[in-house]
Amino acid sequence: MSKYTEDDLREELKTKEYEYGFYTDIESDTFPNGLNEDIVRAISKKKEEPNWMTEWRLEAFRVWKNMEEPEWANVHYEKPDFQGISYYSAPNSKPKYDSLDEVDPELLATFEKLGISLDEQKKLAGVAMDVVVDSVSVATTFKKTLAEQGIIFMSISEAIKEHPELVKKYIGTVVPQKDNFYAALNSAVFSDGSFCYIPKGVRCPMELSTYFRINQAGTGQFERTLVIADEGSYVSYLEGCTAPSRDENQLHAAVVELIALDDAEIKYSTVQNWFPGNAEGKGGVYNFVTKRGLCETNAKISWTQVETGSAVTWKYPSCILKGDNSVGEFYSIAVTNNYQQADTGTKMVHLGKNTKSTIISKGISAGKSQNSYRGLVQINSRAENARNFSQCDSLLMGNECGAHTFPYIEAKNKTAKIEHEATTSKIGEDQIFYCNQRGIDTEKAIALIVNGFSKEVLNKLPMEFAVEAQKLLEISLEGSVG
Amino acid sequence: MDLKEKLVSSFLAFENSVDIDAYAHDVRTDAIKIFEEKGFPSKKEEAWKYTSLNSILKEDYSVFPKQENALEYPQVKKYFIHDIDTYKIIFIDGKYSSHLSQTTHDGIDVCLMSAALSKPKYQLIIENYFNKAAEKDSLTSLNTAFSSEGAYIHIPKNKIVEKPIQIIHFSTGNESATMLQPRNLVVVDENSHVQIIERHQSLTGNPVLTNSVTEIFANKRAIVDYYKIQNDNENASLIDNTFINQKRESLASVHTFAFGGKLTRNNLNFYQNGERIDSTLKGITIIGDKQHVDHNTLVHHIEPNCESHQDYKGIFDDKSTGVFNGKVVVEKEAQKTNAFQANNNILISDKASINTKPQLEIFADDVKCSHGCTIGQLDESAMFYMRSRGIPEKEAKALLMFAFSNNVLESVKIPELKQRITKIIANKLGVNIGFDL
Repeated sequence: MSKYTEDDLREELKTKEYEYGFYTDIESDTFPNGLNEDIVRAISKKKEEPNWMTEWRLEAFRVWKNMEEPEWANVHYEKPDFQGISYYSAPNSKPKYDSLDEVDPELLATFEKLGISLDEQKKLAGVAMDVVVDSVSVATTFKKTLAEQGIIFMSISEAIKEHPELVKKYIGTVVPQKDNFYAALNSAVFSDGSFCYIPKGVRCPMELSTYFRINQAGTGQFERTLVIADEGSYVSYLEGCTAPSRDENQLHAAVVELIALDDAEIKYSTVQNWFPGNAEGKGGVYNFVTKRGLCETNAKISWTQVETGSAVTWKYPSCILKGDNSVGEFYSIAVTNNYQQADTGTKMVHLGKNTKSTIISKGISAGKSQNSYRGLVQINSRAENARNFSQCDSLLMGNECGAHTFPYIEAKNKTAKIEHEATTSKIGEDQIFYCNQRGIDTEKAIALIVNGFSKEVLNKLPMEFAVEAQKLLEISLEGSVG
Repeated sequence: MDLKEKLVSSFLAFENSVDIDAYAHDVRTDAIKIFEEKGFPSKKEEAWKYTSLNSILKEDYSVFPKQENALEYPQVKKYFIHDIDTYKIIFIDGKYSSHLSQTTHDGIDVCLMSAALSKPKYQLIIENYFNKAAEKDSLTSLNTAFSSEGAYIHIPKNKIVEKPIQIIHFSTGNESATMLQPRNLVVVDENSHVQIIERHQSLTGNPVLTNSVTEIFANKRAIVDYYKIQNDNENASLIDNTFINQKRESLASVHTFAFGGKLTRNNLNFYQNGERIDSTLKGITIIGDKQHVDHNTLVHHIEPNCESHQDYKGIFDDKSTGVFNGKVVVEKEAQKTNAFQANNNILISDKASINTKPQLEIFADDVKCSHGCTIGQLDESAMFYMRSRGIPEKEAKALLMFAFSNNVLESVKIPELKQRITKIIANKLGVNIGFDL
């Protein structure tokens, strides 16, 4: 919590008269660059948020002002200028293109390879669409089914208006506003995101995905997701999309909070394929995400991620195993090519008795990229019989990339059982030779081997996703074999 | 006045006591500047995240030995590996003790750093090797600034040193708190072979802080085996910095047996400057009470076709804390590297804790690198098996712990040393069984 000091007061008095003079055109689509309390207020106002939410954002902003950007990650990039960004731009309702012919053919080729239907292609590329396409009607049907079960699934802005009691109770409980630099920034200015509540004892009948909200507004660069699984419920949530998104926003700072109450289970899968920059490392998205889940007694949270995009990734989906017998899982594939940099991993904090965690991380680096696994396994003194198994494997392609592992293991209980192993290797020449001999060309052979290497994680993805992710891996590594 | 200020201000007095025309003078002056700038490391530094020096830095240490203290051999015999013939370089409170030592200049040089730093005949070696492997971090620089005494070992080409060399640093505790900064230099030339045993021992309960630096150069095809025994009392702290620079086809191994002391920090750094080098880093840690042992290792693979093997075992009882921070760096050129790292720990008590961080940083693709790390308990079924056959609990536990640390013990090449360490372990565990390992 930021302390309201005399300095702050002085600062406020100085800017006080400005406050009344300040005028933001609520109708306008884009705010001026820069960030100050007025902008935060204006974002909140624009979204018609209640007073407590505005205050909550301001609190986060005040903390953020005094924070410094973290330096510890094993990534190098030019620091974004936080005053040079516009923190709100309304979703653009105007289509970018009138027909598919105008879209970048390279992008279309990728869609083709991924096997995305024509309608989806249009949507993803931002082509104007007829309102009665299938996906929309499908989405509406889904919504009906969900509503029957009492499942709330909507954008977080709607949720703030329609279910303020739930949002107020849970937001910021897992990732507090002052948690870290990017989480604080997100808390102050988050544009939109998803909210999901599964009532007691309900097993969500389908994979929830932002995909079904396709007819709703885009979520912008500061996404905030809150998933609450009430006692005994189950939900599988999908985020992202295998299709490459050519996003204009360079900086993405999302926050995801998962809350699994007693006996609940949340499965959260992510496929991230943002623009990684071109082959020379120009451009590309900075992806600084804070994802964390809280497990109460007998609860389970499972993170699965396939990361192939973004120029810089900084992401540690974590589990706080607070309740006894709770389980945390982390399955990850991170692929970096060209000049991409990824510093990703997980934190498993064991607080309750008989808690279990599993970490399987597969890193594949090619080109001139750097891929780091950074993880923490912490067994607190009261966590009797905690169990952890971690495995981090890295695959290197070419001698200009790097693979790094930074596992932190802290045990304060004698009954803890922790195993950690990591290996680094390259694709064996004999394996390639074996494939070549049987008429499989080298590129295919590599795809085959990479798929085998990532199998343990791919298996954890929901069915259709897994197929797409597999293709995505192939595409990401295309041309990396010389 | 805190310790840092005290050290910086006493540097002037120290300079007056040594020859300032010598080559080492410039090195020392540069080093004190680095220390003055950086100060003692704090927990904010990544490498010191789990080890705080605060509790040991607050003592009022006397930084120079004021008087010469003598010890008689029978008083300290038990700290020697006395059942074999060895060369001995013995220091008492940082001063050389000639009558306990046995040095030589016969074909090889086993003598003193003070002599090497001042006599012209060693000048070439000093200029080529002194402070060339050491990192420029704050504690090493502090030692460099005050470097004047320690062991100097130079083995010329094609010599097999027929008996091991023992280096023992005693502190008598005649002063209420002592800080010692021994500086050792070991140069082993082509095809030569040497075995060295090092020990730090304080004889009373008065606080001692030792900040030791050892530089080892293993030239072409040299074989160096270095054993460190750390079994000190509860007020003795040790910061041991070791830097090993290996040339092609050399073999170097360092075994660290950390059985006690208030705070022990081992900074062990291997640099592989050549092809087909083999480095071995092994350690056993068995501690209890409020003791703290921190192993911080680095293996830097710079050229192709090299290997490194790391194996650290730890058993932690009472309120003790253990840290293992192992780093393996494989440079782009270092193809065909094989690097292995294992760290296994057993926590015996509820209050004990272990923090471990095995790190790999790899920039080459054709390598085999792995690390494994476990934290666990003694196998209950194995315990039950032994108990049901009439082996008392304590002995059964001890047997399991011996088995646990056997991987490290079996690569000790001096049988008498192995026996001695076995005995120390048996003592630590409070059992009296002859282990024939």
